[in-house]
Amino acid sequence: MTLWTAVLLAAAGCYLLKLAGLSVPQQVLERPAVRRTAALLPVALLAALVVVQTFSSGQRLVLDARAVGLGVALAAVLLRAPFIVVVAAATVATALTRLIL
Amino acid sequence: MPRMTDLDTQTVPTDARRAVIRDAAAIGVATGAYGVSYGAIGIAAGLSVAQTCALSLLAFTGASQFAFVGVVGGGGALVSAVATALLLGTRNAFYGLRLTSLLDPRGLRRLLTAHVVIDETTAMAVGRRTPELARLGFWATAIILFSLWNLGTLIGALAGSALGDPRVYGFDAAAPAAFLALLRPQLASRRAGAVAIAAALIAIALVPLVPVGVPVLLAGAAAVVAGLWRATNATVEENR
Repeated sequence: MTLWTAVLLAAAGCYLLKLAGLSVPQQVLERPAVRRTAALLPVALLAALVVVQTFSSGQRLVLDARAVGLGVALAAVLLRAPFIVVVAAATVATALTRLIL
Repeated sequence: MPRMTDLDTQTVPTDARRAVIRDAAAIGVATGAYGVSYGAIGIAAGLSVAQTCALSLLAFTGASQFAFVGVVGGGGALVSAVATALLLGTRNAFYGLRLTSLLDPRGLRRLLTAHVVIDETTAMAVGRRTPELARLGFWATAIILFSLWNLGTLIGALAGSALGDPRVYGFDAAAPAAFLALLRPQLASRRAGAVAIAAALIAIALVPLVPVGVPVLLAGAAAVVAGLWRATNATVEENR
């Protein structure tokens, strides 16, 4: 396999996965159990992403400046800060923590 | 001020729409900065500028792209690079199950919509007060993020590591913070809150045990269990 083949295979596969999700027939999606599960899937996957992107590096669990960023983001969210403030505060807090440590 | 319901979607005030677009711009800028990092890593891994940019244009799913160049850069087999990218891209298929009902994409639009189904566009669509705002959140994020991610990739690929590591500026904390903020309105429901906590615990417990990308996918089981659990209860009640 050449590098170009691998690049194009990965791109095609990633696209087909996205398309597959949008290609499930309406009748299947209308089943109550499927509808409830589909509604909860983004919640589950995004919540999992939050912790994985904050507390892991590859297969290792790590506690670093990102944890401070997420803590600040959580505080901002609980104080009902606007979205941009939450993201900016987390970014600045993480950068400052790295600067200090 | 009139109360908004799902029925009168045309009455979404301009303010609410502006706020969604502003949020999309914020998430786009933070992700674009990360695109610079991806571009630089792609070149360092041995991909050409064209190959690095082709992945951003055609695969357009950050986690898969970082994984791909990571495996190639680490000297891994190309087959594993593709497999890892696909594993990380699988969660986008699950997002589609939810987005179908929100966006109702048909015909050729479905082919175009599919290309921009990623973490950020999904997070910006779900949990909006009206379907109109959900569609706006999805498409505003899609257009801004696609543009900036590809621009960032090109800049990173050309400038290499000269621009420095975006982690120095804390941009690696932007995505988790954004997802947390976007999840917040949905967690008002006890069921969704429980699913989110269970999913987070499952994922973190699995990180050391299974390959990268799998913890998040298996965390989706929390949603499946919660979805089926109610179904079982409902069936029991119906059978009474």
